[in-house]
Amino acid sequence: MTLQENLGPRIDRPLVVADGPSISPLKQGGTVSTATIGPWRLIGRKLLRQKVAMIAGAVILILYLVGLFAEFLAPFLPTTSKPQYTYAPPQAISLFVTNPDGSSDFRPHVKGYRVEIDKVALRRTFVVDETKVVPIGFFVKGPAYHLFGLIPMDRHLIGPLNPADPMYLLGTDRLGRDVFSRLVHGTRVSMSIGLVGVGVSLVLGVVFGAISGFYGGWVDMLIQRVIEVVSAMPTIPLWLGLAAAIPLTWSPLTVYFVITIIVSLLGWTSLAREVRGRFLALRSEDFVTAARLDGSSETRLIFRHILPSLTSHILAVVTLAVPTMIVAETSLSFLGIGLKPPVVSWGVLLQDAQNIRTVATAPWLLIWPSLAVVVAVLSFNFFGDGLRDAADPYDN
Amino acid sequence: MVAPTDDTVLSVEDLSIDFRLRTHILHAVEKVSFELKQGQTLCLVGESGSGKSVTARSLLQIVDRPGRITGGRILLTTEGVVTDIAALSPDSTAMRAIRGRRIGLIFQEPMSSLSPVHTIGSQIIEAIRLHSALDAKAARERMIELLRQVEIAAPEKMADRYTFEYSGGMRQRAMIAMALAGNPDILIADEPTTALDVTTQAEILDLIKRLQVSRGMAMLLITHDMGVVAEVADKVAVMRFGRLVEQGPVDQIYHQPVHPYTSQLLASTVKLTRHAEARPPAVTSGPEPVLSVRNLSKTFGSNGPNAIKAVDDASFDLYPGENLGIVGESGSGKTTLGRLILRTVEPSSGSVLYRDGQGVETDVTRLGRKELRRFHRDVRLVFQDPFASLNPRMTVKEVIGDPLVVNGLARGRALEERVAELMRLVGLDPQAMERYPHAFSGGQRQRIGIARALALDPRIIIADEATSALDVSIRSQILDLLLDLRKRLDLSFLFISHDISVVRYFCDRVAVMHRGRIVEIGDAEQICTAPREAYTRSLISAVPNPDPRDKRMMHRQRFVAATPA
Repeated sequence: MTLQENLGPRIDRPLVVADGPSISPLKQGGTVSTATIGPWRLIGRKLLRQKVAMIAGAVILILYLVGLFAEFLAPFLPTTSKPQYTYAPPQAISLFVTNPDGSSDFRPHVKGYRVEIDKVALRRTFVVDETKVVPIGFFVKGPAYHLFGLIPMDRHLIGPLNPADPMYLLGTDRLGRDVFSRLVHGTRVSMSIGLVGVGVSLVLGVVFGAISGFYGGWVDMLIQRVIEVVSAMPTIPLWLGLAAAIPLTWSPLTVYFVITIIVSLLGWTSLAREVRGRFLALRSEDFVTAARLDGSSETRLIFRHILPSLTSHILAVVTLAVPTMIVAETSLSFLGIGLKPPVVSWGVLLQDAQNIRTVATAPWLLIWPSLAVVVAVLSFNFFGDGLRDAADPYDN
Repeated sequence: MVAPTDDTVLSVEDLSIDFRLRTHILHAVEKVSFELKQGQTLCLVGESGSGKSVTARSLLQIVDRPGRITGGRILLTTEGVVTDIAALSPDSTAMRAIRGRRIGLIFQEPMSSLSPVHTIGSQIIEAIRLHSALDAKAARERMIELLRQVEIAAPEKMADRYTFEYSGGMRQRAMIAMALAGNPDILIADEPTTALDVTTQAEILDLIKRLQVSRGMAMLLITHDMGVVAEVADKVAVMRFGRLVEQGPVDQIYHQPVHPYTSQLLASTVKLTRHAEARPPAVTSGPEPVLSVRNLSKTFGSNGPNAIKAVDDASFDLYPGENLGIVGESGSGKTTLGRLILRTVEPSSGSVLYRDGQGVETDVTRLGRKELRRFHRDVRLVFQDPFASLNPRMTVKEVIGDPLVVNGLARGRALEERVAELMRLVGLDPQAMERYPHAFSGGQRQRIGIARALALDPRIIIADEATSALDVSIRSQILDLLLDLRKRLDLSFLFISHDISVVRYFCDRVAVMHRGRIVEIGDAEQICTAPREAYTRSLISAVPNPDPRDKRMMHRQRFVAATPA
C-alpha cells in the first residue's frame, strides 16, 4: 500500500521527488558540468579570472624572457663604448624615407646625430640630424656573442644595417654606451638576483617557520627572538659593513652571489612568521590529529600533511618578496656597495644618474632604469596579490 | 492575487532565489509560497542545502552574494499598507526601516553575532536608538526592561558586562532582546538553538514561544530538528532542494504526512527515539573488558583556585563488542575523556588498562612513544567534523591509505586494493578514490573518515560526536553502518555524544557526564527511560519529542546544579 492510498488525496501541488538540488546551465542550452577538479587547478582558475594579476604575470614573464635572451635583444654589447657619441639623446624609429623627388619609400631607419658646440658652456651636444638616415632592420648582423653562453651567434633582433652606424633608441651614457643594450643586460642581473635571494629566504623561512609553529614552546620562543633581533637590525649600515668586508680581488660574479646571500639572510623573517602562523593554526586541525593517530612521524606531519596546505600561501608570499629583493639590490648598487661595474644591473645604471648635472643634460639615464624597477616591482606586487587571493581554493 | 486576510502579516508568493556559480546556476529557492499570520509560528524545516536559511534571509534582503532574488513577491502588511520587500533595494532606507523595526532576526551563532568589544547593554541600546527617538536615559531603561523580559537575572548589573562574560544561552537571550528592541511584528529565528545544549535549548525555545505569544508576533522558525518543530510550531513547511514539498498544520504534518520526503524525515527522527532493533544483548559479564579506565583525571592550569578539572575521577569498563555511550553537555569533559584515553591530551592521574588481542594487559598512560603507536593501531578515532578531519589537499585514496603507508602495511597495487575494499565496506564507490574530499557530501566524508579508522583493523573505535554534524536522515544511515561494521569486524565503540537520541539508538550502556564527573552509568534503556540521578532526569526531559501531541520539553524537569566548589 502506498502512502497516498493510505492517507487519501490532500495534494495541492504535484508530487515530485527530486533527487538533487535544482541547477541549470549558465547559458541557455548549455551543459552543466559539476565535475570536480583538484586544488591546483582551482587556484589556477581563480588566478585566471584576475585581469590585473594576469597582466602583471605577463609583464614578469616578458621581463624574464628579456633577461634570458639579453644578448639577442640588445643591439650592442653593454660594454662597447663609443667616445664620439657621449650623452647622445634617444632616437625615434621612422618607417618611411622621403626621397628628394617627394616620393616616399618604406625603409625603417633612425636619424643620425649632428654635433653642436655650445659656445657659452663650451660643451659638445648632440642633436638629431633630420638629414642623416641610418637604415635599421631586424635580425641584423652585429657583435658576436654566445646565446645562453653556448650557441655562437651574431644576429640581433634589431640594429643598424651597418654595425658601425649609431642607433641609440634610449640614448647613450657618459662613455657613449647604448643605454638600451645596458638596460636589457641589466634586466638579467636584477631580475635573477631577486629569484636567487628569495630562494635562500624561502628555505630559511619555511624551515624556521615550520619548526617554530609546529613544536611551539621554547623552540618557538628562541626562533621568534632571533627573528626579532634580525628584523631589528638597521639594514643599510649592516649591508655597508658586510659589503666592505668583500675583498676587492673577488670577481664581480662572486660579489654578486655574496650580495644576494647578504640580502636574503635578512629577508627570510617575514616568511618565517607567516609560515609559523599557518602552522600554529593547522597543527590543531582535526586532519593533523588524525594523521598523528595514524602513526605519522613528525617529519611526515610537517611535510606531507601541513605544508601542502600552505604551498599556495608560501608562493604568494615569495612572489611578494621578490620586489623587495630587487629594490634592495638597486639601492645597494646605487649606493656603490652592491654590484660594481663591469656588471650591469638596474642599480648600477642608476649610479650613472647620481648627479644633478647628468640628470639635467641626460634625463634618459635616470628615467629608463627607474621605470624598469618600478614596472618590475609593481608587476610582482600585483601578481603576488592576485596569487594570495587565489591561494585558498576552498573559501568559496 | 489573493487579498491577504486580516491577520496575515507577511505573505511570500512564488519566491525564487538563484546563485550564479562557477559552473552552473543553483536554484537555491524555487517558487516558494507561504504566509505568516499574527501570533502564529511557522516552522521551516529541511536538511542542509534545502534553502531554508536563504529563504529567511531574503525576507530581510540580506542574501549573501552571488545569491539574487529572481522572482516572486514578499508582501509585508503593516497597518493596512502592503510593501513588496522583493522589489526594494537591499541598501534603501525603506529596507533599513523594515529590518529590526518590522522584522527581527535571531541568528544561529550567538558567539559570533555579538560584538566582543562592546558591553551587552550598549549593543542593545544601539538597536533601540536606531528604531526610536528615545534619549540615552530612556533607552537604557528600555534596555533593562528588555533584558528582564528575556529573563536575564540582575539585568542592571549584567547590562554592563561584555559578551565573553555571558554563557551561550545568555548570549542567545541577549540576541533575542536585541531582536525585540524595535518591537517587530515578525520574528525570524534561524536555527536559534542549534549551537546550544539540550537543556539550554529547552529554556530558549520556551522563552521565545512565550514572548511570541505575549507580544502577538508572527514567528518564522528555521530548523532541521523535527523534535523542536513538534514542540513549538503551529504550522510547518517542509523544504527540500529549494522546493517547498509540503506545508500544513503541525498535527497534520506529523500524523498524516502526504509527501514521501516528509514521511522519510519523520521516520529517521522517530527511529532515533528508540534503540536499534536486532541488537545483540549487552555483554557485561563473562569476557574481560578490553578497556578499563580507572580514576582518570585531567586538570587544566596549575593546582590553584583557577585550575579546571575537565575530567574528574572517571572510571568505567568497555567490554568486547559493546557500544558504550558517553553523554553530557558542552563542557562536561566528554571529549577530553576520549582524548585522554588516546593520550593526545596527557592525563593528570589515573590509569587506562588496555587488553590486546592476545589478552596482554598494558597501562596506556605509561606507554612510550613506540608502544603508543601500536596502541593507536588498535584504538582509532572518528572525528566530529567531516570537513576539518580530511586533508583537503589529499585524494580519498591518500587519506584512507595513509595509515597503511605510514605503518608500512601496504603499497602500490596492494594498497589500492585495500583502499577499494575499505571503501566498499563503508558503502562508497571505489571508483571515486582519486577524487578530493570536497567533492563529497558530509555523510560521504564521514564514511571516508570511518574507512580511514578501519584501515588498521582496529579493535576499539572512539567516535567523538561522529554524527553531530550530519543531517538526520544521513545520521541514522551512518549509525546503521557503524552497527553493521561492529557485527562484521568485531569492534567495540566508545561513542561520545551530546545527543541523547543518538546514544539511545546506538549504545548498549551509557555513562552520563556532568562537570567532568560520571554521574550515572548503566543500561541505555534504563538511563533513557528511568534515570536515577536528578541531573540525568533533567537532561532526558529536555530532549524535544517529535510528536506535537506529546510536548515533553514544555513540562520538563529542571535541574538546579550546586555551584562548583
